[in-house]
Amino acid sequence: MTALTPTSETAVVDGPGWTAVCPLDALAPERGAAALVTGSDGEERQVALFRLLDGTVCAVQQLDPYSGANVMSRGIVGTRGGTPTVASPVYKQVFELHTGRCLDAASKEPRVGLAADLASYPVVVTGGVVHVGIG
Amino acid sequence: MVAQRFVEALRARDAAGDWRVTVFAEEPRKPYDRVGLTRYFEVRDAEELTLGDPALWDDPLVDLHRDCKVEAIDREARTVTDRLGRVHAYDELVLATGSSAAMPPIDGHDLPGVFVYRTIDDVAALRGWVEAKREAGHVETRGGVVERPVRGAVVGGGLLGLEAAGALKALGAQATVIQFGTHLMDVQIDLGGGHALKRLINDKGISVRTDTATKSIRPHRRTGHVGRMDFADGGRLDVDVVVMATGVRPRDELARAAGLEVGERGGAVVDLTCRTADEHVWAIGEVACIEGRCLGLVAPGNTMAEVVADRLLGGGATFPGADTATKLKLSGVDVASFGDAHGRTEKSVEIVWADPLRGIYSKLVMADDARTLLGGVFVGDATPYASLRPMLGAELPGDPSAFLLPEGTGGAPALELPDDANVCSCNNVSAGTIRGAVTEHDCTDVAGVKACTRAGTTCGACLPLVTKLTKAELTKAGVEVSTALCEHFELSRAQLFDAVRVADLHTFSEIIARFGRVPEGATDAGRGCDICKPTVASVLASLGNGHILAGEQATLQDTNDHMLANMQKDGTYSVVPRMPGGEVTPEGLIVVGQVAKDFGLYTKITGGQRIDMFGARVEQLPEIWRRLVDAGFESGHAYGKSLRTVKSCVGSTWCRYGVQDSVGMAVELELRYRGLRSPHKLKLGVSGCARECAEARGKDVGVIATDKGWNVYVGGNGGQTPKHAQLLAENLSSEELLRTIDRFLMLYIRTADRLQRTAPWVEEYEGGLEAIREVVIEDSLGIGADLDAAMAQHVEGYEDEWKAVLEDPAKLARFGSFVNAPTTPDPALAYVPERGQKRPATADEVASGTADPELVSALTSPVLVAGPTLEVRA
Repeated sequence: MTALTPTSETAVVDGPGWTAVCPLDALAPERGAAALVTGSDGEERQVALFRLLDGTVCAVQQLDPYSGANVMSRGIVGTRGGTPTVASPVYKQVFELHTGRCLDAASKEPRVGLAADLASYPVVVTGGVVHVGIG
Repeated sequence: MVAQRFVEALRARDAAGDWRVTVFAEEPRKPYDRVGLTRYFEVRDAEELTLGDPALWDDPLVDLHRDCKVEAIDREARTVTDRLGRVHAYDELVLATGSSAAMPPIDGHDLPGVFVYRTIDDVAALRGWVEAKREAGHVETRGGVVERPVRGAVVGGGLLGLEAAGALKALGAQATVIQFGTHLMDVQIDLGGGHALKRLINDKGISVRTDTATKSIRPHRRTGHVGRMDFADGGRLDVDVVVMATGVRPRDELARAAGLEVGERGGAVVDLTCRTADEHVWAIGEVACIEGRCLGLVAPGNTMAEVVADRLLGGGATFPGADTATKLKLSGVDVASFGDAHGRTEKSVEIVWADPLRGIYSKLVMADDARTLLGGVFVGDATPYASLRPMLGAELPGDPSAFLLPEGTGGAPALELPDDANVCSCNNVSAGTIRGAVTEHDCTDVAGVKACTRAGTTCGACLPLVTKLTKAELTKAGVEVSTALCEHFELSRAQLFDAVRVADLHTFSEIIARFGRVPEGATDAGRGCDICKPTVASVLASLGNGHILAGEQATLQDTNDHMLANMQKDGTYSVVPRMPGGEVTPEGLIVVGQVAKDFGLYTKITGGQRIDMFGARVEQLPEIWRRLVDAGFESGHAYGKSLRTVKSCVGSTWCRYGVQDSVGMAVELELRYRGLRSPHKLKLGVSGCARECAEARGKDVGVIATDKGWNVYVGGNGGQTPKHAQLLAENLSSEELLRTIDRFLMLYIRTADRLQRTAPWVEEYEGGLEAIREVVIEDSLGIGADLDAAMAQHVEGYEDEWKAVLEDPAKLARFGSFVNAPTTPDPALAYVPERGQKRPATADEVASGTADPELVSALTSPVLVAGPTLEVRA
């Protein structure tokens, strides 16, 4: 995602597994948006996109593992010790936006069969368009 | 009361369940709090006075026989016989029969209209009598309506007499206290205190006659009811009601009949273990004659209950001597005394401070060393009582007079209470026990300490001290009593509210830059979190910063506010249009029904008298609201920490009993406060008469109509810890009512903690409800005009949030389901039919069924999982 160097962006996002999702302007800073993205395996996934104040965009799974609802894009964006986070809008678990790691489970267990952390996906913004890479 | 304490103590300590307890109660009620009897006028609900945890009476080892007086004791056979003739065997018998009101042998004491003040039934009968007399005094003449006031007198100027006089005043009657002795409360306080107290009582509109013996009570010649009192000095007083409060007599008739020894002035004689001469019979409370006298206070009674419980379990407890400290609970009159209040100890010295202008008299009685505290009297300001009473018998540090001077003048040295100092005399809790609750039982707040030790749970007089001790101990234990909101703000919500208001800030970025906490090594405070962002959102909204989804504010809104709807478990929303006062036209109902039908929504009536429609997807919300707004509906703010509803009964417009138009008032209130953002949700209720069909006393603000106007109650709520609202003001005009509620709500909004509802806020507000009343009604802080202006600004600035969204394409754009497919429903949503409507499918149903949206037609299949839309048969 953001670790990718700008020079290689164009080449990368044209490759397989990358989807152009929306213009950067369609995302409001510090508020999420959901997107439907088809991976290279042909499966459609729900992804939550977050645009931070510095223009960085992060992507994690839209499915909230603690409630089983597709709602992560509607959580509150903030920081913990300076690291960008999103809080689940249902039971308020806090996840690291860059990695999807669960920082605070709010004394709850994830639903059966779901991992505690969110899957995170690489994002590249090029030419004002947001691309998500799902391999 | 004492019996309840005994059972509680026994069950708490008898872990092995060795004892089975049977309680025989003469009254048809569960044991209740007689100390708080006067509160019955306020709460008007006998259940509220019930003592302790009601679960005690469900204990399988406890049997409570109500309305079941015991008629005889057979000590030989060790049985008792109840009023139904049933015989019950006992191993040990505890007498806790209390006492009855003494009736002096005055002619006419049995006339209709002469009452005693002892039980709930007494108080209820008194109220009924006064109300009937008031009705009878209401005469319509050609010249207009003439109201003759109800004239009341109380015989006896002790604690009980003054409470009874306060009760008469509260009922709208005139009150004169007739005192045989030289001054009021002569048992507890000295002459100087009595004079100061008389002035305070007069200020309450209550007359006082001291040195007056009542010769006879005469009937009214027409009604035969009580009509006149004649005094020994030749004076007389016309009266409609008389309350006798001349003392109590122990109910020792059972003990007498059983041949047990009784004291000179009655009461079953017991030793310091509370045991009578019969080793299987004990007596506790007012019926016990201990150390040669009966004690008419609850604190020593509770101590006796603990002693007997301990003895029955094999302990060696003895009665440590009576704590006769008292504090009068009469609204606005502060009186307290403890120890040797009259200075009867030999060579004792008295230090007196009197300020007749402020109505204050205080006195300390010291031993001849001028350091050891023997007793004290406080009239007009009993603040020092709570901290000095536990120092009884101990040496005071520094100059004792410093403790009597008004705060800020002398600066009394801080008192470090010894561990064995008794802090809560009702429940016999020492300072050490309270400290232990923090250090050993890990209590981290006053509520925890109260629950753990029971300190401050009976009369509450010691609460300031319990709070002080708890906080001091927490600080000592290194437990930071932090009011910080979260890692981003050191401030509490109330502090943040003031900071934002005074600094005149309008965005989160400005606020966190100015007031945020910058961690060591970082350059800024970060970007907030799910705690501080919604808090700032609420503060900004309460201060009037435009639409909650405008600009940066949109990023602060919590789950529900974010979509102006209530998120449900599957990520869809429920929609609630406002129906002010629960009033809705047939046309309106049809529109709501049609919308629900067209969008396939599950419908349910809410607890707040309106209609909730569930299962609306994000992308459907604007379409649903366009239909509702077009039909004249507006946002019901069911999603906000804000005014929810004003519930009402139908009131005087239709009801045969209503005395005011409760629906009209509810509509007015709901339209006034709609959209008002607050620390937590707000619910109001308006009842059109005292029958209270709107259940207004379960609300944050409850309004109940009277024939003279409106009574307003505050701080009630349902939920996990239900609480009845308390009376704030009586008989207000509609205009006064609005101003009172305006100020109450604004004060709450400005000073409450995050997610603190009004009930705990009232409880924790410094000085409690009384202090809130002073701010709201008497404007003691001089902020009344400011609060009024803030509410006026809210009323002026209100706009319907949903209408504003529909008119703004930028805000509307947020309501798409997917940024790259804004109208595509969430494919994972699945429903099954139930009772003719839909509900979200469970995980198992999804796994075993099919999520094919084609299968949406019928209700026939037992488990039919359908996609985001499910049509159900009309």
